[in-house]
Amino acid sequence: MNNDEIRASLLKRSRASKNELFGKIISGLCIAIIVAVVVSIFYFVASKGLATFFHDKVNLWKFLTGTIWNPSTTDAQGHPQVGALPMIIGSFAVTFLAAIVATPFAIGAAVFMTEISPRIGRKVLQPVIELLVGIPSVVYGFIGLSVVVPFVRHTFGGSGFGILSGTFVLFVMILPTVTSMTVDALNSVPRNYREASLALGATRWQTIYKVVLRASVSGIITAVVFGMSRAFGEALAVQMVIGNAMLLPSNLISPASTLTSVLTMGMGNSVMGSLSNNALWSLALLLLIMPLIFNIIIRWIGKRGAMH
Amino acid sequence: MSKDNNLITVQDLHVYYGQLEALKGVTMNFKKNEITAVIGPSGCGKSTLLKTINRLNDLVANVTVTGTIKVDDQNVYAPNMDAVELRKQVGMLFQQPNPFPFSIYDNVTYGLRISGEKNKTVLDEAVEKSLQAAAIWDEVKDRLHDNALGLSGGQQQRICIARVLATKPKVILMDEPTSALDPISSDKIERTMLKLKEDYSIVIVTRNMQQASRISDRTAFFLAGELIEFGETRDIFMQPQKKETEDYISGRFG
Repeated sequence: MNNDEIRASLLKRSRASKNELFGKIISGLCIAIIVAVVVSIFYFVASKGLATFFHDKVNLWKFLTGTIWNPSTTDAQGHPQVGALPMIIGSFAVTFLAAIVATPFAIGAAVFMTEISPRIGRKVLQPVIELLVGIPSVVYGFIGLSVVVPFVRHTFGGSGFGILSGTFVLFVMILPTVTSMTVDALNSVPRNYREASLALGATRWQTIYKVVLRASVSGIITAVVFGMSRAFGEALAVQMVIGNAMLLPSNLISPASTLTSVLTMGMGNSVMGSLSNNALWSLALLLLIMPLIFNIIIRWIGKRGAMH
Repeated sequence: MSKDNNLITVQDLHVYYGQLEALKGVTMNFKKNEITAVIGPSGCGKSTLLKTINRLNDLVANVTVTGTIKVDDQNVYAPNMDAVELRKQVGMLFQQPNPFPFSIYDNVTYGLRISGEKNKTVLDEAVEKSLQAAAIWDEVKDRLHDNALGLSGGQQQRICIARVLATKPKVILMDEPTSALDPISSDKIERTMLKLKEDYSIVIVTRNMQQASRISDRTAFFLAGELIEFGETRDIFMQPQKKETEDYISGRFG
């Protein structure tokens, strides 16, 4: 009799196992929804973006290398004029320039925060950096419009709108991200490397640049690429200061445009399904692929770094 | 060099970390071309003594040092003493093997390069000599440009020895250099040390008393920041004068 009771209770699902099943179903559902959202975004952007090439028969090469962007008109051969090169160059120019300017500052700040004065770094600079990360991009853009653009106009001439202003604004925007990731990279260098270096008669400075920075090089590159990925995708702040001229940029102070700025400017003015709309989706597809490439680079660097 | 062959003399050395007195008036000296073992239970001030000799303690906040330490008749804590120059003369080996994550070659030449040596022939020669002296040349000569972190723990520690030797120090301080290694690697390092004694003076902190008795010429026993007994290793182990020493080496505490 007693035995039967035990058997019955073992064969029945307990409250705890029901709870566990319930939890599994909930988390599985959540993951499924997230995956479905990501996949459908990719599918949607890709199908729209690729329609330019398959449906409207635009040559991919001409799209990437053409210099005239005017989707509503056609050229002498009757092909639509969707040359994205000016925006591609604009995007890469502001991204790389911002990264080049930001990197030394980020490394300098990170070295100060980890090696020279960790106390001030933790108490003062860390909160400041977190604050900078949290400022909305429209605020950066507004400051850029009212301070950076006039400054560039007075100093370098021109209208003030252009790649240079975009670079300045993006530089300030990505600096906190790159700095805090560089800080993490430097902090992950084991303390005993520093001790070994000092014990061999190295100065503090020699220890920093010959051991700490060298040992964390892959982490620093990851930080910079991450910052570039952010800069590449930034739309609003850049659009406010770059001038939005769809011309091949000839210098840093003439108005130019980026993939993001053309997209934000144009998306309200085209009809779904038309060529000019599809062409914008192609730009969106490019913007989707580039961060993917940046991510792959970051992972590749991470793997290489882990091997050492 | 002073007449009695003393390379390092320590006079009434007190070291405080904040309020805590880690060394309480230590007076002793280390002789040239000898291995001096420093033994004692954890927290007795052994490592503090080493880090005070090469001024690595400078990095610790709140540290106060009184008394004098002289290395080769130069006062280590004199106001005009350059800690960086001092550390070039006083090499140090740590408990955990800590080669830099660079090639073996770059590790061994590090000390010379930071002193401004750029001549490739000089560097190559220093690498071969130091690695030979550290008894690891034969194991690594074909892969000098491989990452040093790919070696075993014992090999890494010998790379660290070579890295110290390349800078030609007068003294090598060793802080439990074999405690993280297996017995075979430890044995290799001990043999290396006995050979190095011919050209260098070695101070080794160890918790392994067999090691102290095997390799050292003189042994110092520390307890709670005080130097309890210091003398010929044979005397310390065979006929200790103090009861604490006897208790410690016979394993009654610590």
